[in-house]
Amino acid sequence: MDAPDRLSISATGLTRAFRTGRGPVEAVRGIDLTVRAGEILGLLGPNGAGKTTTLRMLTTLLSPTGGTATVAGHDLARDPAGVRRRTGYVAQSGGVDPTVSVREELLTQARLYRLRKAEAAARLEELTLDLGLTGLLDRPCGALSGGQRRRLDLAMALTHRPEVLFLDEPTTGLDPGSRADLWDLLRRVRAEWGTTVVLTTHYLDEADALADRLVVVDRGAVVAEGTPAALKARHAGSPDASLQDAFLAITGRTAAPRESAPVAV
Amino acid sequence: MTPVPRLMSDTALVFGRYARQTLRSKMAVTFGMLMPLLYLLLYGPLLTDVPLGSSGSSWQILVPGLLLQLALFGAGFAGIGLLMEKQHGVIERMRVTPVSRLALLLGRVLRDAVLLTFQAGLLVLAAVAMGLRAPLPGVLIGFAFVALLAASLASLSYALAMKAPAPQAFAPVVNAVNLPAMLLSGLMLPMSLAPGWLDALSHLMPLRYPVDAVRAAFIGHYTAPAVLHGTLAAVALAAVSVTAGTRLFRAAGA
Repeated sequence: MDAPDRLSISATGLTRAFRTGRGPVEAVRGIDLTVRAGEILGLLGPNGAGKTTTLRMLTTLLSPTGGTATVAGHDLARDPAGVRRRTGYVAQSGGVDPTVSVREELLTQARLYRLRKAEAAARLEELTLDLGLTGLLDRPCGALSGGQRRRLDLAMALTHRPEVLFLDEPTTGLDPGSRADLWDLLRRVRAEWGTTVVLTTHYLDEADALADRLVVVDRGAVVAEGTPAALKARHAGSPDASLQDAFLAITGRTAAPRESAPVAV
Repeated sequence: MTPVPRLMSDTALVFGRYARQTLRSKMAVTFGMLMPLLYLLLYGPLLTDVPLGSSGSSWQILVPGLLLQLALFGAGFAGIGLLMEKQHGVIERMRVTPVSRLALLLGRVLRDAVLLTFQAGLLVLAAVAMGLRAPLPGVLIGFAFVALLAASLASLSYALAMKAPAPQAFAPVVNAVNLPAMLLSGLMLPMSLAPGWLDALSHLMPLRYPVDAVRAAFIGHYTAPAVLHGTLAAVALAAVSVTAGTRLFRAAGA
């Protein structure tokens, strides 16, 4: 291979410590991460592993206490504004005011991303069609169903056609139909615009179906990395094994007691 | 675009969003001025024949206090709206856009200053009906102080809301600051009535100087030292508050 794939994200030793009453706690301790342009990367890990903290650093919401990263061609520390212009983020909670109308939220977000008024109006039309929000524009965001809300959150994050899209547990709480819709949507976003997608999830079937590559973090560090098939082969014995078994083996939380090893003291 | 016009257009954008929010909730606008209005109607008449140790009518002493009370409580609780937005993820969604961090604060604060100045206008009209007579320039100076203090106190309130670990902690903290601020600045009665130790203590409360300044303006003493001191205190407070607020919008782990 003579030309290496273009990288959307490259992070080295990314670290974040929080001060607590009992001294500093490292939520993320030295994560190295590379994501190729146009890749869908699944970030897995138990609760509290540091997934959200990692996303919040990569989206400039939280400054790292150590390490460096380049996101969409811009240095996280030196040019956070450049990173913001080229990335989109959907937080776990979403980000719309339930009392504000869908139209106003989409237009405001477009303007916050520095689209001109006419551009913002045109983009509103496009996103409404692309994300199936027709007929919802004049409703308050609080009146939307869970699936509609997620599509709106996604539309907000795609307003400025970002190169990299970060999603924190995008399908938590959705019914199976809405989840499948969202998967299709993300695949389409990647296929049509070449958007790089980084998402965290607790649903291993989702990770298996959607992600090209998985990174498993535990206790703030990367503990495994590879395609779903490679992880299954390496950690669960066969590429056809379940991702669940591989995940449990990687994070040391074995489900069924096979040969229960004596507890080390 | 160069930084300053960009900051202004960002601020206008954020201001527009929150101004529309205010226009949607007319109830909140009305109830926001209930406290000073009740003081005006039910407390003001008690003072008309009491010697207050100052020139001018009792209304010229009380109404400046009520204007700043409006700013203190109206802006002090401004952070409540931000707490709700924080819970819905609205703040983070704005902070991942390239919009200026200062504008995220200034747009909100500007809305608060405009709203509270408007309410101050209504309050003065009600006070005129009750018997207030004051020179127009003095009243306008009073509005300027309301706007400036509203901006400062709202910035602090937003800073506190960004920082508050739990929404439940917010209101008790604001009350714990506002009540001493109200009592020690002589909002209700001028500190010239106070015993020496209390008067001395009240000089440590920054809000006292603007209160004295607006009282002087309401009796037409525009060049009194009190007006200068009040202006200095209000400007210093604004500088500190806006700086603190912006820092938190930039860095807070909200």
